[in-house]
Amino acid sequence: MSKVIDGLLYSESHEWVKVDGDIAVIGVTDFAQKEMGDITYVDMPEPDDEVSKGEDFGALESVKASSDLYSPVSGTVVENNEALADAPELINKDAFANWIIKVKMEDMSEVSDLMDSKAYSDFIEKQ
Amino acid sequence: MENEFMKTCLYDSHLALGAKMSPFAGFMMPIQYSSIRDEHLAVRNHVGMFDVSHMGEILISGSDAEAFTDHIFTNEVKGAGAGKILYGMMLYPDGGVVDDLLVYCGFVPDVFLLVVNAANIGKDYEWIKKQAGSYNVIIDNQSDKWGQIAVQGPDSEKIVTEVLGLDRAVSTVFYTYFETECDGTGIIVSRTGYTGEDGFEIYASVEKTVSIWNELLKAGVTPCGLGCRDTLRFEAGLPLYGDELSAQISPVMAGLGMFCKLDKEEFIGKDALKEQKASGVSKKLVGIELEDKAVPRATYPVETEDGRQVGVVTTGYHSISLDKSICFALVESGYSVLGTKLNVRIRKKVFSGTVVKKRFYRTNYKK
Repeated sequence: MSKVIDGLLYSESHEWVKVDGDIAVIGVTDFAQKEMGDITYVDMPEPDDEVSKGEDFGALESVKASSDLYSPVSGTVVENNEALADAPELINKDAFANWIIKVKMEDMSEVSDLMDSKAYSDFIEKQ
Repeated sequence: MENEFMKTCLYDSHLALGAKMSPFAGFMMPIQYSSIRDEHLAVRNHVGMFDVSHMGEILISGSDAEAFTDHIFTNEVKGAGAGKILYGMMLYPDGGVVDDLLVYCGFVPDVFLLVVNAANIGKDYEWIKKQAGSYNVIIDNQSDKWGQIAVQGPDSEKIVTEVLGLDRAVSTVFYTYFETECDGTGIIVSRTGYTGEDGFEIYASVEKTVSIWNELLKAGVTPCGLGCRDTLRFEAGLPLYGDELSAQISPVMAGLGMFCKLDKEEFIGKDALKEQKASGVSKKLVGIELEDKAVPRATYPVETEDGRQVGVVTTGYHSISLDKSICFALVESGYSVLGTKLNVRIRKKVFSGTVVKKRFYRTNYKK
């Protein structure tokens, strides 16, 4: 069973979002890290890069495959998680404790079509 | 769905072990059982086993078998001696590669066993038959009759002697083989592999293959899938047909000229290779090591420092044994010198790298 945390919002491409004022903290879910297996690299955008809702902003790499990361919101990257550059396996250890980027949102209403924890739990049941 | 794919004799065992299965070369094959990383390290540090029953076996016999094998094969079987194994290629007249293969020189005269890539069995068999012309040979595709298990890793010799009782393995050196009886059926045991480690490949009837596999499992040998087979062969600098060798990528381009005996009287493709050696080839296969951990993968562009594309990645990984991002790439020959700075474009970013030797990992063969 994959872990799902209450109070976060979720995308169908398995990113989680924690809304903190106009900042969206974005990571990938426990389900996503399990699907990927041992993560060897996290490709992250730099601060001041623009991201758009539904477009890829980076990727996770495992031994065999790379998997694109899709932004659940539009805005400007304010910070990336530098710890992941040296230790990408942190995502395997705890996908919810290890965020990937923080984005200053352009349009906060964009989060309204993300799933809550219950809807996401139902969603991954069907995967 | 799965009915569209062939199954090896060990298919049921793979399912019972919970392997992640995927189509490969027309077969449903195990990609991994536990994790690619764990299986890779089992082979590097201890011992692992692979179901390679999908590989093809084509037997050439008849009074012209030696001359005919030397006609279609780049390496030289004449004078090699019984029990020797040679690596080489079959070429088209233009120097493109039909397949790369092993040739087992028979213990009786005029018998040669060709072990070919699973994806190419049908193509190879047709190609070989077409070349036979007036040669007095019998060409027998025995691929369905043989199972094959590769036992690989530093503990391989201990395992095949103690668990399987194959004592002759001890005195069998790299690229030689022996035949023996095992419970009344003939098996072939060769000191070969595709991992860069010491190891053996065991050819047996499909029934015997299943019983050998089960004995090895019981002895604790780690079952390994095609996922780590690729990471292992890649680190050891070994090419995969389709990626590093093809109808478009000749052995000279791939840096495998040492397996093509240009001083041999003749073989198909010899003139083209001679010409390529004399006037140079437009592209060459190189190794590239990146400074970053980003992973270069097949088809990603290789660029000069000023952004001109000069090649393409053929295989790449974040190497498990070396903890570095490395790849094979086919690049314009002018950029193939060791130490040349080349960049790889990975998605939207460009990562700097350096041309290095293709054998990334120091191999541990028992010569």
